Amino acid sequence: MIAMLKYNSGNIMSVRIALQRLGHDAVITDDPDVISMAEKIIIPGVGEAGSAMEHLKERGLDRVIVSLKQPVLGICLGLQLMCEYSEEGNTECLGIFDTTVRRFPAGAKVPHMGWNDFVSLDDDPLLKGIMKSDDLYYVHSYYTGVNGFTTAVCDYNVQFSAAMRRDNFFATQFHPEKSAGTGARILENFLSL
Amino acid sequence: MLKKRIIPCLDIRDGRTVKGVSFINLRDAGDPVELARAYADQAADELVFLDITATHEKRKTLASLVEKIANAINIPFTVGGGISTREDVSVLISSGADKVSVNTAAVLEPELISRLANSFGSQCIVVAIDAQFIDGEWIVCVNGGRKVTKIRALNWAGEAEGRGAGEILLTSFNRDGTKEGFSTDITSAISDRVNIPVIASGGAGTMEHFRRVFEETSCSAALAASVFHFGEILIPDLKRYLQKNNINVRL
Repeated sequence: MIAMLKYNSGNIMSVRIALQRLGHDAVITDDPDVISMAEKIIIPGVGEAGSAMEHLKERGLDRVIVSLKQPVLGICLGLQLMCEYSEEGNTECLGIFDTTVRRFPAGAKVPHMGWNDFVSLDDDPLLKGIMKSDDLYYVHSYYTGVNGFTTAVCDYNVQFSAAMRRDNFFATQFHPEKSAGTGARILENFLSL
Repeated sequence: MLKKRIIPCLDIRDGRTVKGVSFINLRDAGDPVELARAYADQAADELVFLDITATHEKRKTLASLVEKIANAINIPFTVGGGISTREDVSVLISSGADKVSVNTAAVLEPELISRLANSFGSQCIVVAIDAQFIDGEWIVCVNGGRKVTKIRALNWAGEAEGRGAGEILLTSFNRDGTKEGFSTDITSAISDRVNIPVIASGGAGTMEHFRRVFEETSCSAALAASVFHFGEILIPDLKRYLQKNNINVRL
Protein backbone atom coordinates (compact mmCIF):
# COMPACT_ATOMS: atom_id res chain seq x y z
CA MET A 1 0.00 0.00 0.00
CA ILE A 2 1.11 3.54 -0.82
CA ALA A 3 0.32 6.22 1.75
CA MET A 4 0.07 9.89 0.90
CA LEU A 5 0.58 12.22 3.80
CA LYS A 6 -2.38 14.50 4.45
CA TYR A 7 -1.73 18.02 5.67
CA ASN A 8 -3.21 21.48 5.02
CA SER A 9 -5.29 22.35 2.01
CA GLY A 10 -4.16 22.33 -1.58
CA ASN A 11 -4.42 20.09 -4.57
CA ILE A 12 -3.00 16.72 -3.56
CA MET A 13 -5.60 14.88 -5.67
CA SER A 14 -3.30 15.23 -8.68
CA VAL A 15 -0.65 12.99 -7.10
CA ARG A 16 -3.21 10.33 -6.32
CA ILE A 17 -4.66 10.51 -9.84
CA ALA A 18 -1.16 10.26 -11.33
CA LEU A 19 -0.53 7.11 -9.26
CA GLN A 20 -3.89 5.65 -10.34
CA ARG A 21 -2.94 6.25 -13.95
CA LEU A 22 0.10 4.05 -13.29
CA GLY A 23 -2.12 1.38 -11.78
CA HIS A 24 -1.54 2.12 -8.08
CA ASP A 25 -4.01 3.52 -5.61
CA ALA A 26 -2.95 5.47 -2.54
CA VAL A 27 -4.52 6.20 0.82
CA ILE A 28 -4.46 9.80 1.91
CA THR A 29 -3.86 9.78 5.64
CA ASP A 30 -2.32 11.49 8.64
CA ASP A 31 -2.59 8.38 10.82
CA PRO A 32 0.92 7.53 12.14
CA ASP A 33 0.15 3.78 12.20
CA VAL A 34 -1.00 3.71 8.58
CA ILE A 35 2.09 5.70 7.55
CA SER A 36 4.45 3.38 9.43
CA MET A 37 2.99 0.30 7.79
CA ALA A 38 2.81 1.59 4.21
CA GLU A 39 5.17 0.12 1.62
CA LYS A 40 5.91 3.55 0.24
CA ILE A 41 5.12 7.04 1.45
CA ILE A 42 4.63 10.22 -0.55
CA ILE A 43 4.74 13.67 1.05
CA PRO A 44 2.97 15.77 -1.57
CA GLY A 45 3.66 19.38 -2.12
CA VAL A 46 1.22 22.15 -1.46
CA GLY A 47 0.85 24.56 1.42
CA GLU A 48 3.02 26.61 3.71
CA ALA A 49 5.99 25.22 5.68
CA GLY A 50 5.11 26.60 9.13
CA SER A 51 1.53 25.32 9.32
CA ALA A 52 2.52 22.04 7.65
CA MET A 53 5.18 21.31 10.28
CA GLU A 54 2.78 22.28 13.04
CA HIS A 55 0.27 19.76 11.75
CA LEU A 56 2.92 17.02 11.51
CA LYS A 57 4.08 17.67 15.07
CA GLU A 58 0.54 17.67 16.48
CA ARG A 59 0.03 14.20 15.03
CA GLY A 60 3.48 12.98 16.12
CA LEU A 61 4.26 12.46 12.44
CA ASP A 62 7.57 14.33 12.54
CA ARG A 63 9.19 11.51 14.54
CA VAL A 64 7.44 8.82 12.51
CA ILE A 65 8.67 10.19 9.17
CA VAL A 66 12.35 10.46 10.11
CA SER A 67 12.37 6.88 11.41
CA LEU A 68 10.89 5.36 8.23
CA LYS A 69 12.97 2.70 6.47
CA GLN A 70 10.78 2.23 3.39
CA PRO A 71 11.04 4.52 0.32
CA VAL A 72 9.73 8.04 0.95
CA LEU A 73 9.21 10.67 -1.75
CA GLY A 74 8.80 14.34 -0.86
CA ILE A 75 7.40 16.60 -3.59
CA CYS A 76 7.89 20.40 -3.68
CA LEU A 77 6.94 21.53 -0.14
CA GLY A 78 7.52 17.89 0.78
CA LEU A 79 11.19 18.30 -0.21
CA GLN A 80 11.44 21.51 1.79
CA LEU A 81 9.92 19.92 4.91
CA MET A 82 12.59 17.21 4.73
CA CYS A 83 15.31 19.88 5.10
CA GLU A 84 16.69 21.28 8.36
CA TYR A 85 15.14 24.73 8.40
CA SER A 86 12.96 26.91 6.16
CA GLU A 87 12.88 30.69 5.91
CA GLU A 88 9.17 30.32 5.15
CA GLY A 89 7.49 31.07 8.47
CA ASN A 90 10.89 30.68 10.19
CA THR A 91 10.31 26.94 10.51
CA GLU A 92 12.35 24.10 12.01
CA CYS A 93 11.77 21.19 9.62
CA LEU A 94 12.41 17.42 9.71
CA GLY A 95 16.18 17.59 9.25
CA ILE A 96 16.54 14.58 6.96
CA PHE A 97 18.68 16.75 4.68
CA ASP A 98 20.92 19.10 6.70
CA THR A 99 20.32 22.07 4.44
CA THR A 100 18.41 25.36 4.64
CA VAL A 101 15.42 26.42 2.52
CA ARG A 102 15.58 30.05 1.37
CA ARG A 103 13.37 32.44 -0.57
CA PHE A 104 14.49 33.15 -4.15
CA PRO A 105 16.56 36.35 -4.22
CA ALA A 106 15.52 39.41 -6.26
CA GLY A 107 16.41 39.24 -9.93
CA ALA A 108 13.81 36.87 -11.33
CA LYS A 109 10.06 36.54 -11.02
CA VAL A 110 8.77 34.62 -8.01
CA PRO A 111 7.26 32.04 -7.93
CA HIS A 112 9.52 30.08 -10.27
CA MET A 113 6.56 28.80 -12.28
CA GLY A 114 6.65 26.64 -15.38
CA TRP A 115 8.79 24.05 -17.17
CA ASN A 116 12.53 23.92 -16.61
CA ASP A 117 15.33 21.48 -17.48
CA PHE A 118 18.48 20.44 -15.59
CA VAL A 119 22.02 21.79 -15.22
CA SER A 120 23.17 18.35 -14.15
CA LEU A 121 21.78 14.94 -13.21
CA ASP A 122 23.28 12.18 -11.10
CA ASP A 123 22.90 8.50 -11.66
CA ASP A 124 20.03 7.85 -9.26
CA PRO A 125 17.29 5.21 -9.47
CA LEU A 126 14.58 7.88 -9.15
CA LEU A 127 15.93 9.67 -12.23
CA LYS A 128 16.50 6.61 -14.37
CA GLY A 129 15.81 7.37 -18.04
CA ILE A 130 15.60 11.13 -17.47
CA MET A 131 17.81 13.41 -19.54
CA LYS A 132 19.27 16.83 -18.77
CA SER A 133 17.16 18.40 -21.49
CA ASP A 134 13.86 17.00 -20.14
CA ASP A 135 11.51 19.65 -18.76
CA LEU A 136 9.66 19.25 -15.47
CA TYR A 137 6.99 21.50 -14.00
CA TYR A 138 7.92 23.72 -11.05
CA VAL A 139 5.94 26.14 -8.92
CA HIS A 140 7.74 27.40 -5.81
CA SER A 141 9.04 30.55 -4.13
CA TYR A 142 11.58 28.82 -1.85
CA TYR A 143 14.50 26.54 -2.72
CA THR A 144 17.39 24.70 -1.18
CA GLY A 145 20.83 25.12 -2.70
CA VAL A 146 23.11 22.45 -4.14
CA ASN A 147 24.45 20.21 -1.34
CA GLY A 148 25.84 16.76 -0.63
CA PHE A 149 22.42 15.13 -1.11
CA THR A 150 21.63 16.81 -4.45
CA THR A 151 20.99 14.36 -7.31
CA ALA A 152 19.74 16.91 -9.88
CA VAL A 153 20.44 20.62 -10.27
CA CYS A 154 18.11 23.19 -11.83
CA ASP A 155 18.92 26.82 -12.60
CA TYR A 156 16.60 29.76 -12.00
CA ASN A 157 18.56 32.86 -11.13
CA VAL A 158 20.40 30.60 -8.65
CA GLN A 159 21.33 26.94 -8.93
CA PHE A 160 19.20 24.84 -6.62
CA SER A 161 18.40 21.21 -5.79
CA ALA A 162 15.82 19.86 -8.24
CA ALA A 163 16.12 16.43 -6.60
CA MET A 164 17.83 15.05 -3.49
CA ARG A 165 18.36 11.69 -1.90
CA ARG A 166 19.53 10.29 1.41
CA ASP A 167 19.24 6.50 1.70
CA ASN A 168 15.49 5.69 1.46
CA PHE A 169 14.49 9.38 1.39
CA PHE A 170 13.93 10.85 -2.08
CA ALA A 171 12.71 14.35 -2.86
CA THR A 172 11.91 16.50 -5.89
CA GLN A 173 11.35 20.24 -6.07
CA PHE A 174 9.38 19.79 -9.32
CA HIS A 175 5.93 18.24 -9.53
CA PRO A 176 6.21 14.86 -11.28
CA GLU A 177 2.41 14.50 -11.16
CA LYS A 178 2.05 17.62 -13.33
CA SER A 179 4.99 17.00 -15.64
CA ALA A 180 3.41 14.98 -18.45
CA GLY A 181 5.23 11.80 -19.57
CA THR A 182 8.58 12.75 -18.02
CA GLY A 183 6.95 13.14 -14.62
CA ALA A 184 5.10 9.84 -14.98
CA ARG A 185 8.44 8.15 -15.65
CA ILE A 186 9.82 9.49 -12.36
CA LEU A 187 6.78 8.31 -10.40
CA GLU A 188 7.13 4.93 -12.06
CA ASN A 189 10.78 4.82 -11.01
CA PHE A 190 9.72 5.52 -7.43
CA LEU A 191 7.00 2.87 -7.54
CA SER A 192 9.44 0.24 -8.76
CA LEU A 193 12.06 0.92 -6.04
CA MET B 1 16.35 27.42 -18.44
CA LEU B 2 12.73 28.29 -17.62
CA LYS B 3 10.57 27.95 -20.74
CA LYS B 4 8.00 30.41 -22.07
CA ARG B 5 4.58 28.79 -21.74
CA ILE B 6 1.89 28.36 -24.40
CA ILE B 7 -1.61 28.14 -22.95
CA PRO B 8 -4.83 27.29 -24.81
CA CYS B 9 -7.99 28.68 -23.18
CA LEU B 10 -11.38 26.95 -23.31
CA ASP B 11 -14.69 28.68 -22.66
CA ILE B 12 -17.16 26.40 -20.88
CA ARG B 13 -20.92 26.64 -20.41
CA ASP B 14 -22.94 23.94 -18.63
CA GLY B 15 -19.99 21.57 -18.86
CA ARG B 16 -19.48 21.98 -22.62
CA THR B 17 -17.07 24.07 -24.70
CA VAL B 18 -18.86 27.13 -25.98
CA LYS B 19 -17.56 28.26 -29.33
CA GLY B 20 -17.54 25.88 -32.23
CA VAL B 21 -14.28 24.07 -32.21
CA SER B 22 -12.92 22.48 -35.34
CA PHE B 23 -9.95 20.71 -34.05
CA ILE B 24 -8.08 17.67 -35.30
CA ASN B 25 -10.03 14.43 -35.16
CA LEU B 26 -12.18 14.77 -32.12
CA ARG B 27 -15.22 12.59 -31.71
CA ASP B 28 -16.95 15.29 -29.73
CA ALA B 29 -15.56 18.79 -30.17
CA GLY B 30 -17.88 20.09 -27.47
CA ASP B 31 -16.36 17.88 -24.80
CA PRO B 32 -13.82 19.88 -22.76
CA VAL B 33 -12.24 16.71 -21.41
CA GLU B 34 -11.44 15.36 -24.84
CA LEU B 35 -10.10 18.72 -25.97
CA ALA B 36 -7.96 18.99 -22.86
CA ARG B 37 -6.45 15.60 -23.58
CA ALA B 38 -5.74 16.58 -27.17
CA TYR B 39 -3.98 19.78 -26.12
CA ALA B 40 -1.93 17.97 -23.48
CA ASP B 41 -0.84 15.52 -26.19
CA GLN B 42 0.24 18.47 -28.36
CA ALA B 43 2.57 19.64 -25.57
CA ALA B 44 0.48 22.60 -24.45
CA ASP B 45 2.20 23.76 -21.25
CA GLU B 46 -0.94 24.49 -19.24
CA LEU B 47 -4.65 24.93 -19.85
CA VAL B 48 -7.13 27.56 -18.73
CA PHE B 49 -10.86 26.83 -18.42
CA LEU B 50 -13.17 29.80 -18.22
CA ASP B 51 -16.66 28.90 -17.04
CA ILE B 52 -19.39 31.25 -18.22
CA THR B 53 -22.33 29.24 -16.86
CA ALA B 54 -24.83 31.58 -15.26
CA THR B 55 -27.15 29.09 -13.56
CA HIS B 56 -27.36 28.11 -9.91
CA GLU B 57 -26.19 24.62 -10.78
CA LYS B 58 -22.89 26.11 -11.83
CA ARG B 59 -20.75 25.08 -8.89
CA LYS B 60 -21.74 21.42 -9.03
CA THR B 61 -21.41 21.08 -12.80
CA LEU B 62 -18.03 22.77 -12.77
CA ALA B 63 -16.66 20.69 -9.89
CA SER B 64 -17.57 17.47 -11.63
CA LEU B 65 -16.00 18.71 -14.88
CA VAL B 66 -12.81 19.73 -13.07
CA GLU B 67 -12.59 16.25 -11.59
CA LYS B 68 -12.86 14.68 -15.05
CA ILE B 69 -10.23 17.02 -16.47
CA ALA B 70 -7.86 16.30 -13.58
CA ASN B 71 -8.23 12.61 -14.32
CA ALA B 72 -7.60 13.08 -18.03
CA ILE B 73 -4.47 15.25 -18.13
CA ASN B 74 -1.10 15.42 -16.39
CA ILE B 75 -0.27 19.07 -16.97
CA PRO B 76 -1.35 22.00 -14.77
CA PHE B 77 -4.66 23.77 -15.34
CA THR B 78 -6.43 26.88 -14.09
CA VAL B 79 -10.17 27.34 -13.66
CA GLY B 80 -11.88 30.72 -13.66
CA GLY B 81 -15.23 32.41 -14.18
CA GLY B 82 -17.43 33.91 -11.50
CA ILE B 83 -15.29 32.82 -8.55
CA SER B 84 -16.07 35.03 -5.57
CA THR B 85 -15.68 33.06 -2.33
CA ARG B 86 -13.24 30.84 -0.49
CA GLU B 87 -15.80 28.06 -0.75
CA ASP B 88 -15.80 28.34 -4.58
CA VAL B 89 -12.02 27.94 -4.58
CA SER B 90 -11.99 25.14 -2.04
CA VAL B 91 -14.37 23.04 -4.16
CA LEU B 92 -12.32 23.55 -7.33
CA ILE B 93 -8.94 22.86 -5.72
CA SER B 94 -10.18 19.74 -3.97
CA SER B 95 -11.66 18.57 -7.29
CA GLY B 96 -8.17 18.74 -8.82
CA ALA B 97 -7.67 22.27 -10.22
CA ASP B 98 -4.11 23.54 -9.77
CA LYS B 99 -4.95 27.24 -9.87
CA VAL B 100 -8.04 29.40 -9.92
CA SER B 101 -8.41 32.81 -11.52
CA VAL B 102 -10.42 35.64 -10.01
CA ASN B 103 -11.50 38.74 -11.88
CA THR B 104 -14.59 40.87 -11.19
CA ALA B 105 -15.04 39.74 -7.58
CA ALA B 106 -11.44 40.76 -6.78
CA VAL B 107 -11.92 44.21 -8.31
CA LEU B 108 -15.10 44.70 -6.27
CA GLU B 109 -13.40 43.41 -3.12
CA PRO B 110 -9.57 43.40 -3.34
CA GLU B 111 -9.37 41.81 0.12
CA LEU B 112 -10.60 38.59 -1.55
CA ILE B 113 -7.12 38.13 -3.09
CA SER B 114 -5.45 38.30 0.35
CA ARG B 115 -7.94 35.87 1.85
CA LEU B 116 -7.52 33.34 -0.96
CA ALA B 117 -3.72 33.65 -0.96
CA ASN B 118 -3.62 33.08 2.80
CA SER B 119 -5.91 30.07 2.62
CA PHE B 120 -4.58 28.32 -0.46
CA GLY B 121 -1.13 29.82 -1.11
CA SER B 122 -0.18 32.47 -3.66
CA GLN B 123 0.90 29.87 -6.19
CA CYS B 124 -2.69 28.89 -6.95
CA ILE B 125 -4.26 32.36 -7.11
CA VAL B 126 -4.26 33.94 -10.57
CA VAL B 127 -5.67 37.45 -10.88
CA ALA B 128 -7.22 37.98 -14.32
CA ILE B 129 -7.18 41.59 -15.49
CA ASP B 130 -9.26 42.72 -18.47
CA ALA B 131 -7.81 46.00 -19.70
CA GLN B 132 -9.22 48.53 -22.16
CA PHE B 133 -7.29 51.42 -23.72
CA ILE B 134 -9.41 54.52 -23.13
CA ASP B 135 -8.28 58.13 -23.58
CA GLY B 136 -4.62 57.24 -23.50
CA GLU B 137 -4.84 54.99 -20.42
CA TRP B 138 -5.16 51.24 -19.87
CA ILE B 139 -8.21 50.89 -17.60
CA VAL B 140 -9.56 47.78 -15.83
CA CYS B 141 -12.96 46.58 -17.00
CA VAL B 142 -15.16 43.95 -15.34
CA ASN B 143 -18.21 41.78 -16.01
CA GLY B 144 -16.67 40.39 -19.17
CA GLY B 145 -15.79 43.85 -20.45
CA ARG B 146 -19.26 45.32 -20.10
CA LYS B 147 -18.36 47.65 -17.26
CA VAL B 148 -15.42 50.03 -17.24
CA THR B 149 -13.95 50.99 -13.86
CA LYS B 150 -11.77 53.97 -12.97
CA ILE B 151 -8.82 51.78 -11.99
CA ARG B 152 -5.58 51.90 -13.99
CA ALA B 153 -4.51 48.40 -15.04
CA LEU B 154 -0.90 49.03 -14.03
CA ASN B 155 -1.89 50.05 -10.49
CA TRP B 156 -4.31 47.15 -10.14
CA ALA B 157 -1.61 44.68 -11.16
CA GLY B 158 0.67 46.11 -8.48
CA GLU B 159 -2.04 45.87 -5.85
CA ALA B 160 -2.92 42.30 -6.85
CA GLU B 161 0.73 41.30 -6.42
CA GLY B 162 0.92 43.06 -3.06
CA ARG B 163 -2.14 41.19 -1.86
CA GLY B 164 -0.62 37.82 -2.70
CA ALA B 165 -1.56 36.97 -6.30
CA GLY B 166 0.82 34.35 -7.69
CA GLU B 167 0.31 35.20 -11.33
CA ILE B 168 -1.48 37.75 -13.56
CA LEU B 169 -3.53 36.85 -16.61
CA LEU B 170 -3.68 40.07 -18.62
CA THR B 171 -6.23 40.31 -21.43
CA SER B 172 -6.27 43.25 -23.80
CA PHE B 173 -9.90 43.96 -24.54
CA ASN B 174 -8.96 46.12 -27.52
CA ARG B 175 -7.26 43.16 -29.15
CA ASP B 176 -9.36 40.23 -27.92
CA GLY B 177 -10.85 38.43 -30.92
CA THR B 178 -9.20 40.76 -33.46
CA LYS B 179 -6.23 38.52 -34.38
CA GLU B 180 -4.11 41.69 -34.69
CA GLY B 181 -1.53 40.64 -32.15
CA PHE B 182 -1.05 41.03 -28.40
CA SER B 183 -1.01 44.52 -26.85
CA THR B 184 2.72 44.51 -26.16
CA ASP B 185 2.77 47.98 -24.56
CA ILE B 186 0.57 47.21 -21.54
CA THR B 187 1.90 43.63 -21.35
CA SER B 188 5.41 45.02 -21.14
CA ALA B 189 4.50 47.72 -18.61
CA ILE B 190 2.79 45.25 -16.28
CA SER B 191 5.42 42.49 -16.65
CA ASP B 192 8.12 45.00 -15.74
CA ARG B 193 6.13 46.43 -12.84
CA VAL B 194 5.35 43.17 -11.00
CA ASN B 195 7.70 40.41 -9.88
CA ILE B 196 5.16 37.60 -10.47
CA PRO B 197 4.63 35.84 -13.82
CA VAL B 198 2.34 37.52 -16.35
CA ILE B 199 0.32 35.67 -18.99
CA ALA B 200 -0.37 37.74 -22.13
CA SER B 201 -3.79 37.28 -23.70
CA GLY B 202 -5.98 38.78 -26.39
CA GLY B 203 -5.21 39.23 -30.07
CA ALA B 204 -3.17 36.19 -31.10
CA GLY B 205 -3.58 35.63 -34.84
CA THR B 206 -0.24 34.44 -36.16
CA MET B 207 2.88 32.69 -34.89
CA GLU B 208 4.73 35.99 -35.29
CA HIS B 209 2.42 37.57 -32.72
CA PHE B 210 3.64 35.05 -30.15
CA ARG B 211 7.27 35.71 -31.08
CA ARG B 212 6.77 39.45 -30.72
CA VAL B 213 5.10 39.30 -27.32
CA PHE B 214 7.97 37.17 -26.00
CA GLU B 215 10.65 39.35 -27.63
CA GLU B 216 9.15 42.72 -26.74
CA THR B 217 7.91 42.02 -23.21
CA SER B 218 9.07 40.04 -20.19
CA CYS B 219 5.80 38.05 -19.99
CA SER B 220 6.14 34.42 -18.93
CA ALA B 221 3.37 32.88 -21.04
CA ALA B 222 0.97 33.59 -23.89
CA LEU B 223 -2.65 32.45 -24.02
CA ALA B 224 -4.97 32.07 -26.99
CA ALA B 225 -8.24 30.38 -27.86
CA SER B 226 -9.62 30.41 -31.38
CA VAL B 227 -6.35 30.15 -33.31
CA PHE B 228 -5.76 26.87 -31.49
CA HIS B 229 -9.34 25.60 -31.50
CA PHE B 230 -9.73 26.05 -35.24
CA GLY B 231 -6.35 24.55 -35.98
CA GLU B 232 -5.06 27.80 -37.55
CA ILE B 233 -1.98 27.41 -35.40
CA LEU B 234 -0.84 23.99 -34.22
CA ILE B 235 1.02 24.12 -30.93
CA PRO B 236 3.92 21.88 -32.06
CA ASP B 237 4.45 24.11 -35.14
CA LEU B 238 4.27 27.24 -32.99
CA LYS B 239 6.84 25.89 -30.55
CA ARG B 240 9.24 24.86 -33.29
CA TYR B 241 8.89 28.35 -34.81
CA LEU B 242 9.59 30.02 -31.47
CA GLN B 243 12.55 27.73 -30.84
CA LYS B 244 14.01 28.68 -34.23
CA ASN B 245 13.68 32.30 -33.18
CA ASN B 246 15.69 31.67 -30.01
CA ILE B 247 12.73 31.69 -27.65
CA ASN B 248 12.99 28.86 -25.14
CA VAL B 249 9.98 26.57 -25.17
CA ARG B 250 9.25 23.00 -24.12
CA LEU B 251 9.14 20.81 -27.23
